[in-house]
Amino acid sequence: MERIPVLRMGPLLLVTIQVDMHDKLALQLQDDITQRIADFGSTGVLIDISSLEVVDSFIGRMLANIAAMSRVLGAEAVVVGMQPAVAITLVELGMSLPGVRTALSVEAGMELLIGAVSRAAHGSEDERSQT
Amino acid sequence: MNQLAEIISRNEDRIRMQWIDGMAQGVQRPDLMSKAELDEQCRTILAAIIAGVRSGGWIEVAGVGWDAAREIFQSISASRARQGFSPVEVATYVLSLKKPLFSAIRGTLKGNQDEMFDTIWAATELLDRLALVTTEAYMATREELIVRQQQELMELSTPVVKLWDGILALPIIGTLDSARTQMVMENLLQTVVDTNSKFAIIDITGVPTVDTLVAQHLLKTITAARLMGAECIISGVRPQIAQTIVHLGINLEDVVTKAKLSDAFALALDRSGRTVTRTHTAPAKANQLSTLLEKREE
Repeated sequence: MERIPVLRMGPLLLVTIQVDMHDKLALQLQDDITQRIADFGSTGVLIDISSLEVVDSFIGRMLANIAAMSRVLGAEAVVVGMQPAVAITLVELGMSLPGVRTALSVEAGMELLIGAVSRAAHGSEDERSQT
Repeated sequence: MNQLAEIISRNEDRIRMQWIDGMAQGVQRPDLMSKAELDEQCRTILAAIIAGVRSGGWIEVAGVGWDAAREIFQSISASRARQGFSPVEVATYVLSLKKPLFSAIRGTLKGNQDEMFDTIWAATELLDRLALVTTEAYMATREELIVRQQQELMELSTPVVKLWDGILALPIIGTLDSARTQMVMENLLQTVVDTNSKFAIIDITGVPTVDTLVAQHLLKTITAARLMGAECIISGVRPQIAQTIVHLGINLEDVVTKAKLSDAFALALDRSGRTVTRTHTAPAKANQLSTLLEKREE
Protein backbone atom coordinates (compact mmCIF):
# COMPACT_ATOMS: atom_id res chain seq x y z
CA MET A 1 0.00 0.00 0.00
CA GLU A 2 1.10 3.54 -0.75
CA ARG A 3 2.51 5.26 2.28
CA ILE A 4 4.11 8.60 3.08
CA PRO A 5 7.48 8.08 4.80
CA VAL A 6 7.99 9.60 8.25
CA LEU A 7 11.73 10.11 8.80
CA ARG A 8 13.39 10.53 12.17
CA MET A 9 16.09 13.20 12.54
CA GLY A 10 17.24 13.26 16.13
CA PRO A 11 14.45 14.72 18.20
CA LEU A 12 12.50 15.73 15.09
CA LEU A 13 10.29 13.95 12.56
CA LEU A 14 10.45 14.89 8.89
CA VAL A 15 7.48 14.26 6.60
CA THR A 16 7.59 15.18 2.92
CA ILE A 17 4.35 14.87 1.04
CA GLN A 18 5.18 14.34 -2.61
CA VAL A 19 2.07 12.66 -3.94
CA ASP A 20 -1.49 13.84 -4.29
CA MET A 21 -3.18 13.25 -0.99
CA HIS A 22 -6.30 11.18 -0.85
CA ASP A 23 -8.36 10.68 2.25
CA LYS A 24 -7.09 7.20 3.10
CA LEU A 25 -3.47 8.28 2.72
CA ALA A 26 -4.13 11.27 4.96
CA LEU A 27 -5.62 9.11 7.70
CA GLN A 28 -2.72 6.67 7.41
CA LEU A 29 -0.28 9.57 7.74
CA GLN A 30 -2.09 10.81 10.83
CA ASP A 31 -1.76 7.35 12.40
CA ASP A 32 1.91 7.06 11.44
CA ILE A 33 2.94 10.45 12.77
CA THR A 34 1.20 10.07 16.12
CA GLN A 35 2.64 6.56 16.48
CA ARG A 36 6.17 7.77 15.72
CA ILE A 37 5.96 10.71 18.11
CA ALA A 38 4.93 8.32 20.85
CA ASP A 39 7.59 5.73 19.92
CA PHE A 40 10.58 8.10 19.61
CA GLY A 41 9.48 10.78 22.03
CA SER A 42 9.94 13.37 19.27
CA THR A 43 9.64 17.04 20.18
CA GLY A 44 9.05 18.44 16.71
CA VAL A 45 7.35 17.48 13.44
CA LEU A 46 8.14 19.16 10.12
CA ILE A 47 5.65 18.60 7.32
CA ASP A 48 6.84 19.73 3.89
CA ILE A 49 3.94 20.25 1.48
CA SER A 50 5.81 22.16 -1.24
CA SER A 51 4.91 19.48 -3.81
CA LEU A 52 1.26 19.41 -2.82
CA GLU A 53 -0.79 21.19 -5.45
CA VAL A 54 -4.33 20.10 -4.73
CA VAL A 55 -6.07 20.41 -1.38
CA ASP A 56 -9.62 20.03 -0.20
CA SER A 57 -11.26 20.79 3.12
CA PHE A 58 -10.50 17.26 4.36
CA ILE A 59 -6.76 17.61 3.78
CA GLY A 60 -6.87 21.07 5.35
CA ARG A 61 -8.60 19.72 8.41
CA MET A 62 -6.17 16.83 8.55
CA LEU A 63 -3.21 19.26 8.66
CA ALA A 64 -4.87 21.11 11.53
CA ASN A 65 -5.58 17.80 13.28
CA ILE A 66 -2.01 16.53 12.95
CA ALA A 67 -0.73 19.79 14.44
CA ALA A 68 -3.20 19.59 17.33
CA MET A 69 -2.45 15.89 17.97
CA SER A 70 1.30 16.55 17.95
CA ARG A 71 0.84 19.28 20.51
CA VAL A 72 -1.13 16.93 22.73
CA LEU A 73 1.76 14.44 22.45
CA GLY A 74 4.26 17.16 23.34
CA ALA A 75 5.68 17.93 19.89
CA GLU A 76 5.58 21.15 17.88
CA ALA A 77 4.35 20.79 14.28
CA VAL A 78 5.41 23.11 11.47
CA VAL A 79 3.91 23.08 7.97
CA VAL A 80 6.38 24.41 5.41
CA GLY A 81 6.41 25.36 1.74
CA MET A 82 2.70 25.80 1.07
CA GLN A 83 2.07 26.86 -2.52
CA PRO A 84 0.23 30.16 -3.16
CA ALA A 85 -2.64 28.37 -4.90
CA VAL A 86 -3.04 25.99 -1.97
CA ALA A 87 -3.01 28.86 0.52
CA ILE A 88 -5.66 30.76 -1.47
CA THR A 89 -7.82 27.64 -1.73
CA LEU A 90 -7.65 27.00 2.01
CA VAL A 91 -8.56 30.62 2.78
CA GLU A 92 -11.46 30.51 0.33
CA LEU A 93 -12.63 27.32 2.04
CA GLY A 94 -12.64 29.27 5.28
CA MET A 95 -9.79 27.27 6.84
CA SER A 96 -7.18 29.56 8.32
CA LEU A 97 -5.58 26.73 10.35
CA PRO A 98 -5.18 28.98 13.41
CA GLY A 99 -3.20 26.52 15.52
CA VAL A 100 -0.71 25.51 12.86
CA ARG A 101 2.78 26.97 12.68
CA THR A 102 4.03 27.70 9.20
CA ALA A 103 7.33 28.52 7.52
CA LEU A 104 8.43 29.41 4.00
CA SER A 105 11.02 26.67 3.47
CA VAL A 106 12.30 23.50 5.09
CA GLU A 107 15.29 25.48 6.29
CA ALA A 108 13.18 28.16 7.97
CA GLY A 109 10.92 25.47 9.45
CA MET A 110 13.92 23.60 10.88
CA GLU A 111 15.16 26.80 12.48
CA LEU A 112 11.76 27.41 14.01
CA LEU A 113 11.56 23.86 15.38
CA ILE A 114 15.08 23.80 16.75
CA GLY A 115 14.38 27.13 18.44
CA ALA A 116 11.18 25.78 19.96
CA VAL A 117 12.87 22.53 21.03
CA SER A 118 15.81 24.31 22.68
CA ARG A 119 13.43 26.74 24.39
CA ALA A 120 11.46 23.82 25.70
CA ALA A 121 14.68 22.17 26.93
CA HIS A 122 15.85 25.36 28.66
CA GLY A 123 12.39 25.84 30.10
CA SER A 124 12.45 22.40 31.70
CA GLU A 125 15.95 23.03 33.04
CA ASP A 126 14.76 26.28 34.57
CA GLU A 127 11.88 24.49 36.17
CA ARG A 128 14.25 21.86 37.53
CA SER A 129 16.60 24.47 38.96
CA GLN A 130 13.68 26.19 40.64
CA THR A 131 12.54 23.06 42.44
CA MET B 1 -34.06 46.99 -56.42
CA ASN B 2 -31.21 46.88 -58.87
CA GLN B 3 -32.43 50.24 -60.00
CA LEU B 4 -31.01 51.73 -56.80
CA ALA B 5 -27.58 50.26 -57.54
CA GLU B 6 -27.87 51.58 -61.08
CA ILE B 7 -28.70 55.10 -59.89
CA ILE B 8 -25.85 55.12 -57.40
CA SER B 9 -23.25 53.85 -59.84
CA ARG B 10 -24.35 56.26 -62.59
CA ASN B 11 -24.27 59.28 -60.27
CA GLU B 12 -21.44 58.10 -58.08
CA ASP B 13 -19.15 61.11 -58.50
CA ARG B 14 -21.88 63.66 -57.98
CA ILE B 15 -23.24 61.87 -54.92
CA ARG B 16 -19.78 61.71 -53.41
CA MET B 17 -19.10 65.40 -54.03
CA GLN B 18 -22.42 66.43 -52.49
CA TRP B 19 -21.90 64.04 -49.62
CA ILE B 20 -18.53 65.52 -48.73
CA ASP B 21 -19.88 69.06 -49.19
CA GLY B 22 -22.80 68.28 -46.90
CA MET B 23 -20.45 66.95 -44.29
CA ALA B 24 -18.29 70.05 -44.54
CA GLN B 25 -21.20 72.07 -43.13
CA GLY B 26 -21.80 69.73 -40.23
CA VAL B 27 -19.67 66.90 -39.12
CA GLN B 28 -16.42 67.04 -41.05
CA ARG B 29 -13.42 67.17 -38.74
CA PRO B 30 -10.42 68.48 -40.65
CA ASP B 31 -8.41 68.24 -37.44
CA LEU B 32 -8.91 64.48 -37.29
CA MET B 33 -9.06 63.45 -40.96
CA SER B 34 -7.73 65.02 -44.16
CA LYS B 35 -9.98 65.70 -47.16
CA ALA B 36 -8.17 63.26 -49.44
CA GLU B 37 -8.53 60.53 -46.83
CA LEU B 38 -12.24 61.28 -46.47
CA ASP B 39 -12.68 61.25 -50.26
CA GLU B 40 -11.05 57.83 -50.49
CA GLN B 41 -13.18 56.51 -47.65
CA CYS B 42 -16.42 57.74 -49.29
CA ARG B 43 -15.39 56.10 -52.55
CA THR B 44 -14.92 52.69 -50.94
CA ILE B 45 -18.19 53.01 -49.08
CA LEU B 46 -20.18 53.84 -52.21
CA ALA B 47 -18.55 50.95 -54.07
CA ALA B 48 -19.40 48.62 -51.23
CA ILE B 49 -23.01 49.82 -51.14
CA ILE B 50 -23.38 49.29 -54.89
CA ALA B 51 -21.96 45.77 -54.56
CA GLY B 52 -24.25 45.07 -51.65
CA VAL B 53 -27.42 46.28 -53.37
CA ARG B 54 -26.52 44.35 -56.54
CA SER B 55 -25.73 41.12 -54.73
CA GLY B 56 -28.98 40.85 -52.86
CA GLY B 57 -31.86 42.52 -51.17
CA TRP B 58 -31.33 46.02 -49.84
CA ILE B 59 -33.20 44.96 -46.76
CA GLU B 60 -30.87 42.13 -45.75
CA VAL B 61 -27.97 44.14 -44.39
CA ALA B 62 -27.14 41.19 -42.14
CA GLY B 63 -26.91 38.83 -45.15
CA VAL B 64 -23.92 37.38 -46.97
CA GLY B 65 -24.06 39.88 -49.85
CA TRP B 66 -23.36 42.72 -47.45
CA ASP B 67 -20.37 41.13 -45.74
CA ALA B 68 -17.85 43.37 -47.48
CA ALA B 69 -19.85 46.55 -46.90
CA ARG B 70 -20.46 45.67 -43.28
CA GLU B 71 -16.78 45.04 -42.73
CA ILE B 72 -15.86 48.40 -44.23
CA PHE B 73 -18.39 50.22 -42.08
CA GLN B 74 -17.23 48.42 -38.97
CA SER B 75 -13.58 49.14 -39.61
CA ILE B 76 -14.26 52.80 -40.43
CA SER B 77 -16.36 53.23 -37.34
CA ALA B 78 -13.79 51.45 -35.19
CA SER B 79 -10.99 53.64 -36.46
CA ARG B 80 -13.14 56.74 -35.93
CA ALA B 81 -13.92 55.69 -32.39
CA ARG B 82 -10.20 55.43 -31.70
CA GLN B 83 -9.51 58.78 -33.43
CA GLY B 84 -11.90 60.47 -31.04
CA PHE B 85 -15.02 61.14 -33.14
CA SER B 86 -18.22 61.41 -31.13
CA PRO B 87 -21.01 58.85 -31.71
CA VAL B 88 -23.21 61.59 -33.22
CA GLU B 89 -20.52 62.43 -35.76
CA VAL B 90 -20.04 58.80 -36.72
CA ALA B 91 -23.78 58.17 -37.20
CA THR B 92 -24.30 61.47 -39.06
CA TYR B 93 -21.45 60.54 -41.37
CA VAL B 94 -23.55 57.68 -42.74
CA LEU B 95 -26.91 59.43 -42.51
CA SER B 96 -25.67 62.51 -44.39
CA LEU B 97 -25.47 60.30 -47.48
CA LYS B 98 -29.26 60.46 -47.62
CA LYS B 99 -29.58 63.94 -49.10
CA PRO B 100 -27.31 63.49 -52.15
CA LEU B 101 -28.66 59.99 -52.71
CA PHE B 102 -32.28 61.17 -52.65
CA SER B 103 -31.56 64.05 -55.02
CA ALA B 104 -29.89 61.59 -57.42
CA ILE B 105 -32.95 59.33 -57.24
CA ARG B 106 -35.25 62.27 -57.82
CA GLY B 107 -33.18 63.36 -60.78
CA THR B 108 -33.38 59.94 -62.40
CA LEU B 109 -37.00 58.95 -61.68
CA LYS B 110 -38.57 62.39 -62.07
CA GLY B 111 -41.63 61.27 -64.05
CA ASN B 112 -42.54 58.17 -62.08
CA GLN B 113 -43.95 59.11 -58.66
CA ASP B 114 -44.58 55.59 -57.35
CA GLU B 115 -41.26 54.19 -58.36
CA MET B 116 -39.44 57.20 -56.96
CA PHE B 117 -41.15 56.81 -53.61
CA ASP B 118 -40.35 53.09 -53.47
CA THR B 119 -36.72 53.67 -54.31
CA ILE B 120 -36.37 56.46 -51.76
CA TRP B 121 -37.97 54.26 -49.12
CA ALA B 122 -35.53 51.47 -49.95
CA ALA B 123 -32.60 53.86 -49.77
CA THR B 124 -33.64 55.40 -46.46
CA GLU B 125 -34.20 52.02 -44.83
CA LEU B 126 -30.85 50.81 -46.14
CA LEU B 127 -28.96 53.82 -44.80
CA ASP B 128 -30.71 53.61 -41.43
CA ARG B 129 -29.59 50.04 -41.09
CA LEU B 130 -26.05 50.87 -42.11
CA ALA B 131 -26.02 53.70 -39.58
CA LEU B 132 -27.09 51.23 -36.90
CA VAL B 133 -24.30 48.84 -37.92
CA THR B 134 -21.85 51.71 -37.66
CA THR B 135 -23.08 52.81 -34.25
CA GLU B 136 -22.93 49.26 -32.98
CA ALA B 137 -19.36 48.88 -34.16
CA TYR B 138 -18.53 52.24 -32.57
CA MET B 139 -19.90 51.08 -29.23
CA ALA B 140 -18.08 47.75 -29.48
CA THR B 141 -14.78 49.52 -30.06
CA ARG B 142 -15.33 51.84 -27.13
CA GLU B 143 -16.26 48.92 -24.91
CA GLU B 144 -13.11 47.10 -25.95
CA LEU B 145 -11.11 50.20 -25.12
CA ILE B 146 -12.65 50.41 -21.66
CA VAL B 147 -11.99 46.74 -20.92
CA ARG B 148 -8.39 47.09 -22.00
CA GLN B 149 -7.87 50.17 -19.89
CA GLN B 150 -9.38 48.39 -16.93
CA GLN B 151 -6.93 45.54 -17.36
CA GLU B 152 -4.02 47.91 -17.69
CA LEU B 153 -5.10 49.74 -14.57
CA MET B 154 -5.33 46.43 -12.74
CA GLU B 155 -1.82 45.40 -13.75
CA LEU B 156 -0.38 48.81 -13.01
CA SER B 157 -1.89 49.11 -9.60
CA THR B 158 -0.53 46.02 -7.90
CA PRO B 159 3.25 46.14 -7.82
CA VAL B 160 5.13 44.15 -5.19
CA VAL B 161 8.35 45.87 -4.16
CA LYS B 162 11.28 44.29 -2.40
CA LEU B 163 12.42 46.60 0.38
CA TRP B 164 15.13 44.44 1.86
CA ASP B 165 16.31 40.90 1.75
CA GLY B 166 13.25 39.01 3.03
CA ILE B 167 11.00 42.07 3.33
CA LEU B 168 8.38 42.91 0.67
CA ALA B 169 6.12 45.93 0.38
CA LEU B 170 2.78 46.04 -1.39
CA PRO B 171 1.46 49.57 -1.80
CA ILE B 172 -2.22 49.40 -2.69
CA ILE B 173 -3.69 52.37 -4.58
CA GLY B 174 -7.42 52.61 -5.11
CA THR B 175 -10.39 50.69 -3.84
CA LEU B 176 -10.05 46.97 -3.24
CA ASP B 177 -12.75 44.89 -4.90
CA SER B 178 -12.91 41.13 -5.19
CA ALA B 179 -11.22 40.91 -8.59
CA ARG B 180 -8.38 43.18 -7.53
CA THR B 181 -7.88 41.43 -4.23
CA GLN B 182 -7.57 38.14 -6.04
CA MET B 183 -4.86 39.62 -8.24
CA VAL B 184 -3.09 41.33 -5.35
CA MET B 185 -3.18 38.11 -3.36
CA GLU B 186 -1.79 35.96 -6.14
CA ASN B 187 0.88 38.53 -6.94
CA LEU B 188 1.99 38.86 -3.34
CA LEU B 189 2.03 35.15 -2.57
CA GLN B 190 3.95 34.34 -5.73
CA THR B 191 6.54 36.99 -4.94
CA VAL B 192 6.79 35.68 -1.37
CA VAL B 193 7.67 32.26 -2.79
CA ASP B 194 10.02 33.63 -5.45
CA THR B 195 12.02 35.86 -3.12
CA ASN B 196 11.67 33.68 -0.03
CA SER B 197 10.49 36.66 2.00
CA LYS B 198 9.46 36.28 5.61
CA PHE B 199 7.75 39.66 5.89
CA ALA B 200 5.23 41.46 3.70
CA ILE B 201 4.10 44.99 4.42
CA ILE B 202 0.70 45.90 2.96
CA ASP B 203 0.49 49.67 2.69
CA ILE B 204 -3.06 50.99 2.47
CA THR B 205 -2.24 54.71 2.35
CA GLY B 206 -3.75 54.85 -1.14
CA VAL B 207 -6.98 53.06 -0.25
CA PRO B 208 -9.65 55.75 0.06
CA THR B 209 -12.11 53.83 2.22
CA VAL B 210 -12.00 50.65 4.24
CA ASP B 211 -15.35 48.95 4.74
CA THR B 212 -16.08 45.48 6.02
CA LEU B 213 -15.62 43.97 2.56
CA VAL B 214 -12.19 45.55 2.03
CA ALA B 215 -11.16 44.48 5.53
CA GLN B 216 -12.29 40.95 4.79
CA HIS B 217 -10.26 40.91 1.59
CA LEU B 218 -7.21 42.15 3.48
CA LEU B 219 -7.65 39.51 6.17
CA LYS B 220 -7.91 36.79 3.53
CA THR B 221 -4.63 37.89 1.97
CA ILE B 222 -2.94 38.00 5.35
CA THR B 223 -4.23 34.55 6.31
CA ALA B 224 -3.05 33.06 3.02
CA ALA B 225 0.40 34.60 3.53
CA ARG B 226 0.51 33.23 7.07
CA LEU B 227 -0.35 29.75 5.81
CA MET B 228 2.71 29.93 3.60
CA GLY B 229 4.88 31.02 6.48
CA ALA B 230 5.13 34.74 5.79
CA GLU B 231 4.07 37.46 8.19
CA CYS B 232 2.01 40.46 7.07
CA ILE B 233 2.05 43.93 8.54
CA ILE B 234 -0.55 46.52 7.55
CA SER B 235 0.72 50.07 7.33
CA GLY B 236 -0.62 53.43 6.23
CA VAL B 237 -3.74 53.35 8.39
CA ARG B 238 -5.02 56.92 8.40
CA PRO B 239 -6.82 58.30 11.47
CA GLN B 240 -10.20 58.31 9.72
CA ILE B 241 -9.71 54.74 8.60
CA ALA B 242 -8.76 53.66 12.12
CA GLN B 243 -11.99 55.26 13.32
CA THR B 244 -14.05 53.54 10.66
CA ILE B 245 -12.48 50.17 11.43
CA VAL B 246 -13.36 50.48 15.12
CA HIS B 247 -16.86 51.83 14.41
CA LEU B 248 -17.57 48.96 12.05
CA GLY B 249 -16.37 46.49 14.66
CA ILE B 250 -13.80 44.92 12.33
CA ASN B 251 -11.49 42.63 14.25
CA LEU B 252 -7.88 43.29 13.28
CA GLU B 253 -6.48 42.09 16.59
CA ASP B 254 -4.51 39.22 15.10
CA VAL B 255 -2.89 41.56 12.58
CA VAL B 256 -0.04 43.93 13.24
CA THR B 257 -1.00 47.41 12.05
CA LYS B 258 1.14 50.52 11.91
CA ALA B 259 0.40 54.12 10.99
CA LYS B 260 3.34 54.56 8.64
CA LEU B 261 5.23 52.40 6.20
CA SER B 262 8.50 53.36 7.91
CA ASP B 263 7.20 52.06 11.26
CA ALA B 264 6.22 48.77 9.64
CA PHE B 265 9.60 48.52 7.93
CA ALA B 266 11.39 49.17 11.22
CA LEU B 267 9.31 46.44 12.85
CA ALA B 268 10.09 43.99 10.05
CA LEU B 269 13.82 44.76 10.33
CA ASP B 270 13.65 44.29 14.08
CA ARG B 271 11.81 40.98 13.81
CA SER B 272 14.32 39.67 11.29
CA GLY B 273 17.11 40.56 13.72
CA ARG B 274 18.42 43.59 11.86
CA THR B 275 18.97 47.13 12.94
CA VAL B 276 19.78 50.38 11.18
CA THR B 277 22.55 52.52 12.63
CA ARG B 278 24.06 55.81 11.54
CA THR B 279 27.75 55.35 10.75
CA HIS B 280 28.64 59.04 10.71
CA THR B 281 26.76 62.32 10.98
CA ALA B 282 26.45 64.35 7.82
CA PRO B 283 29.05 67.21 7.80
CA ALA B 284 26.58 70.07 7.35
CA LYS B 285 24.35 68.75 10.09
CA ALA B 286 27.32 68.31 12.41
CA ASN B 287 28.27 71.97 11.99
CA GLN B 288 24.74 73.09 12.69
CA LEU B 289 24.62 70.91 15.75
CA SER B 290 27.90 72.25 17.16
CA THR B 291 26.82 75.86 16.62
CA LEU B 292 23.53 75.08 18.31
CA LEU B 293 25.35 73.57 21.24
CA GLU B 294 27.64 76.57 21.47
CA LYS B 295 24.67 78.90 21.50
CA ARG B 296 23.07 76.95 24.25
CA GLU B 297 26.23 77.08 26.30
CA GLU B 298 26.36 80.85 25.91
